[in-house]
Amino acid sequence: MYKKDFSSRKYVIILIFITVAITYLIKLYNLQVVSPSLSDKAKGLVMRQITEYPRRGRIYDRNNKLIVYNDAVYDLMVIPRQVKDMDTDEFCSLLEIDTSFFVKQMKKAEHYSRYKPSVFLKQLSKEDYARIEDKMYKYRGFFVQRRALRKYTMPIAAHLLGSVGEVNTQDLKKDSYYKPGDYIGKSGIERFYEKLLRGKKGVRMVKVDVHNREKGSYQNGKYDTLSVPGKDLVLSIDSELQQYGEKLMKNKTGSIVVIEPETGEILAMVSSPGFNPNDLIGRHRSRNYVALQKDSLKPLINRAISGTYPPGSTFKMVNALVALQERAITPYTSFSCNGPESTPIKCTHYHVTPLRLNEAIKQSCNPFFWNTFKSLMNKPSLGGVHNAYRKWYSNIRSFGFGKKFNTDIPYEKRGNIPSAEYFDKVYRGSWNALTIRSLAIGQGEILVTPIQLANLAAAIANKGYYYPPHFLKKAEGEDSLLAKYTTKVYTAVEPKYFNIVQDAMRDVFAKEHGTAHYYEVDSLEQCGKTGTVQNPHGEDHSLFIAFAPKSYPKLAVSVVVENGGYGSRWAAPIASLIIEKYLTGEIKRKKLEKRIMEGDLIHNKNTKSKGEE
Amino acid sequence: MRKGANILANTDWLTVILYLYLVFYGWLSIYSATFDDPNAPMLDLSQRYGKQLLWIGLAVILAITIMIIDAKFFSAFAYWFYGFIILVLIGVLIFGKTVAGSKSWIQIGSFAIQPSEFAKFATNLALAKFLSTLNIDIRDLKTKIIAVGIIFLPATLILLQNDTGSALVYASFVFVLYREGVSGVFMLVGLLMAVLFVVTLLYGQVAVIVFLALITGFLFWLSDKIRRNYKFVAGFFLAAVMFVFSVNYVFENVLQPHQRNRIKIILGMINDPRGVGYNVNQSKIAIGSGGFWGKGFKEGMLTRYHFVPEQSTDFIFCTVGEERGFVGSLVLFGLFLALLIRIIYLAERQRSEFSRIYGYGVASILFFHFAVNIGMTIGLMPVVGIPLPFFSYGGSSLWAFTILLFIFIKQDANRLNVL
Ligand SMILES: [Zn+2]
Repeated sequence: MYKKDFSSRKYVIILIFITVAITYLIKLYNLQVVSPSLSDKAKGLVMRQITEYPRRGRIYDRNNKLIVYNDAVYDLMVIPRQVKDMDTDEFCSLLEIDTSFFVKQMKKAEHYSRYKPSVFLKQLSKEDYARIEDKMYKYRGFFVQRRALRKYTMPIAAHLLGSVGEVNTQDLKKDSYYKPGDYIGKSGIERFYEKLLRGKKGVRMVKVDVHNREKGSYQNGKYDTLSVPGKDLVLSIDSELQQYGEKLMKNKTGSIVVIEPETGEILAMVSSPGFNPNDLIGRHRSRNYVALQKDSLKPLINRAISGTYPPGSTFKMVNALVALQERAITPYTSFSCNGPESTPIKCTHYHVTPLRLNEAIKQSCNPFFWNTFKSLMNKPSLGGVHNAYRKWYSNIRSFGFGKKFNTDIPYEKRGNIPSAEYFDKVYRGSWNALTIRSLAIGQGEILVTPIQLANLAAAIANKGYYYPPHFLKKAEGEDSLLAKYTTKVYTAVEPKYFNIVQDAMRDVFAKEHGTAHYYEVDSLEQCGKTGTVQNPHGEDHSLFIAFAPKSYPKLAVSVVVENGGYGSRWAAPIASLIIEKYLTGEIKRKKLEKRIMEGDLIHNKNTKSKGEE
Repeated sequence: MRKGANILANTDWLTVILYLYLVFYGWLSIYSATFDDPNAPMLDLSQRYGKQLLWIGLAVILAITIMIIDAKFFSAFAYWFYGFIILVLIGVLIFGKTVAGSKSWIQIGSFAIQPSEFAKFATNLALAKFLSTLNIDIRDLKTKIIAVGIIFLPATLILLQNDTGSALVYASFVFVLYREGVSGVFMLVGLLMAVLFVVTLLYGQVAVIVFLALITGFLFWLSDKIRRNYKFVAGFFLAAVMFVFSVNYVFENVLQPHQRNRIKIILGMINDPRGVGYNVNQSKIAIGSGGFWGKGFKEGMLTRYHFVPEQSTDFIFCTVGEERGFVGSLVLFGLFLALLIRIIYLAERQRSEFSRIYGYGVASILFFHFAVNIGMTIGLMPVVGIPLPFFSYGGSSLWAFTILLFIFIKQDANRLNVL
């Protein structure tokens, strides 16, 4: 069959190929040879990418008092492959470093990248910077980058604020935003709100001449990205109260947590022993950090959220409320007490007997709460001790025990409320109220954190609900963050049952035999409950929870003083002083204040109070 | 033994050497775009340049294998290859993995391959096989329809994978059809449609229709011959008007927003160096900064800072432009043009129609990739994301182009055995 020969069409096709190629080459000639500013090349300008670090967000207290701000420091950067013909000796003496340090830093930088900038010398002060600025032109490849360092207006709240440090390899892997040498919030609020506080880095392309001097931006900054400053945060902390709390806890081990019941905002959170936040900034950060880490008193731990303690007698109110709610007892139910001869749990002292709930809270009577617990566990309508225990378990957890609040508090511990399954395992299924009797008086397997105790005080003050405790009060344009902090959490107990508990807690201060009667100040309307927690390792822990004033609660407090003995010896007066300070702004009980502030339970274990137990 | 010697002697070594030059030049660019630690070994498999080196090794093995296989194997099994790849493309649509918006990857173990890359040579084989069948005349309408069908089927499947760039590559077969006798009018009409499309978008349909009417009127006034063929001219005018109307419809209703944006940016209708045009802008800066001589190997500042996204894949030409300058671009263009013209020369010396048609297919596909890829890095083509043959980072594309080219080299080496 005949087929026409089209082979001459190959010329058309080849012509098309060549035409396209020539069109492209003309465009390339324009791009590469004609349009780039020839003058730049003639002057030997090179481009340098400079990172613009944004200002980290400032932190204010609830009264808009500045707590954390930034101060400028300067990092000396190096791009190894641009370093040429320099006088190393002169350079070293200018920077006051020795040659071996110079070699070490250059090696480190080259190991990271020969093309990208590395930090050569960290955090030069403004003065150092001014001294070397004029001479930098001699050293090609070196330049100075402005960075911000955290500063504190007063040396308080180190635990909760947290610190800022250089990113580690994990941070780098997790988020590509960070480059080696960048700073990141390491703990506390700085860590939790890192994304808000850090802002957004910008990039500037600048031209640099052979003398290492910036010669303006590349193409009028067309390709630069602006940095966005970090968001300022307003915290719920009252810095004055925080500072006062830290003074009270000086030379004691333990914590204070203060919550505003009507919002769940944390007014103060003290963990003692603490440290000065200024120690963890700047060039000496890692050295100081290691020293704090080695300290046997563990000052880095925030005991207010990471310390777990048996709640002791402070837990009796919760047990009473649950028993009232489940109708295992009524406010008029009375039990008798044989004082220290009582079984299976002894009372600490003799008192009126038989007694009702209000008197039992005031006297902190162990046998009363054992009987209450037993009535609940054996209440027929609850269907046996195992089911009754499950009911008790979920009611207790409704107060925030045994779980985290999951707000903006980093490193919270959940504490422990043992489950029925746990006892099934330990006692191989056969256990009853008597087996687990220590729970009746807040001992045994129960562990709670100080913030959970403060939250309990807040829930009692509110008669049955609480807001999850939190620190954030305001962040510009981030109102959605606050939503979960403004949702009420209801406990399983009805409001009416709280009246009798509130009255009894008031009596702890107001009545003559109340365990905190010594610290009563009429006008403050204080309500509270002592706790003395047996400690197998030494003297008992002193606990106290409180709220005030009773008619319109403004604050709820928990105080833990490790090895402080009776709850009434250290924890109760500290809580009472905190209440007085916050409600009246000044302290009238100067003698009491002096005794607490001077009390030293760390260096002088024998400090004794004057027998007001 | 005699046959083995024959293969070596008859292989067109110029093509092989051009291929090796391009692959080597490509690897140097990838190395320069992705290396960081000058002391790391070349075959560091955690780095892109290390992986690419491994893939180049495998590509060489593939090429040798193809040279050893009997030349008739590829023509005999052309439809089988085609059928198989169509099934795989359908399979990808159902089971595929989505990368960067395109559902075009298959995961085999820890390894992902892109079947659409391999569909090109299979389609080329099938088209060559069909058009070289005895008793087939390209001037028959039925033949044209089947040929276009062979091309459209994989293109449509790839389009459904949301990989517009790879689908557009099939338009390059228009060169093959033209060479085999399809009238040049088709190409001209295609070109005219493209021009009308652009002009309509730029100036609006009313302006274009008025302009077309004026031209038609002017032509009538101008020539007697045109007046005599008034039916044809009027029909042409009407078709053009309808096309103009349909452009707006297609643009607003068929194209997706990101495709519309890309076309608008390329036409200069919108200007946003931060948005969709970002890659192109950065790419143009990087290439422009290379100047006449380039900054030298591994000296590309912008390349180093990952200034251009997709630096080692679709935008690999930036590295050439920045580090090798205009001279390097010239060398790269020279290599590609030499390869393309050499392939056409070889295609024309084939006795078998199959080999010739296949050869034109190879040249067309390579040209299309070259033109679109480099065109987008310098802002002359929309950003459709197809690799630069032998250059771009990626195993699938390197192997597919190697197979495509070496099947042809094998056919050529065997040309004297064809009766
Ligand atoms: Zn008693």
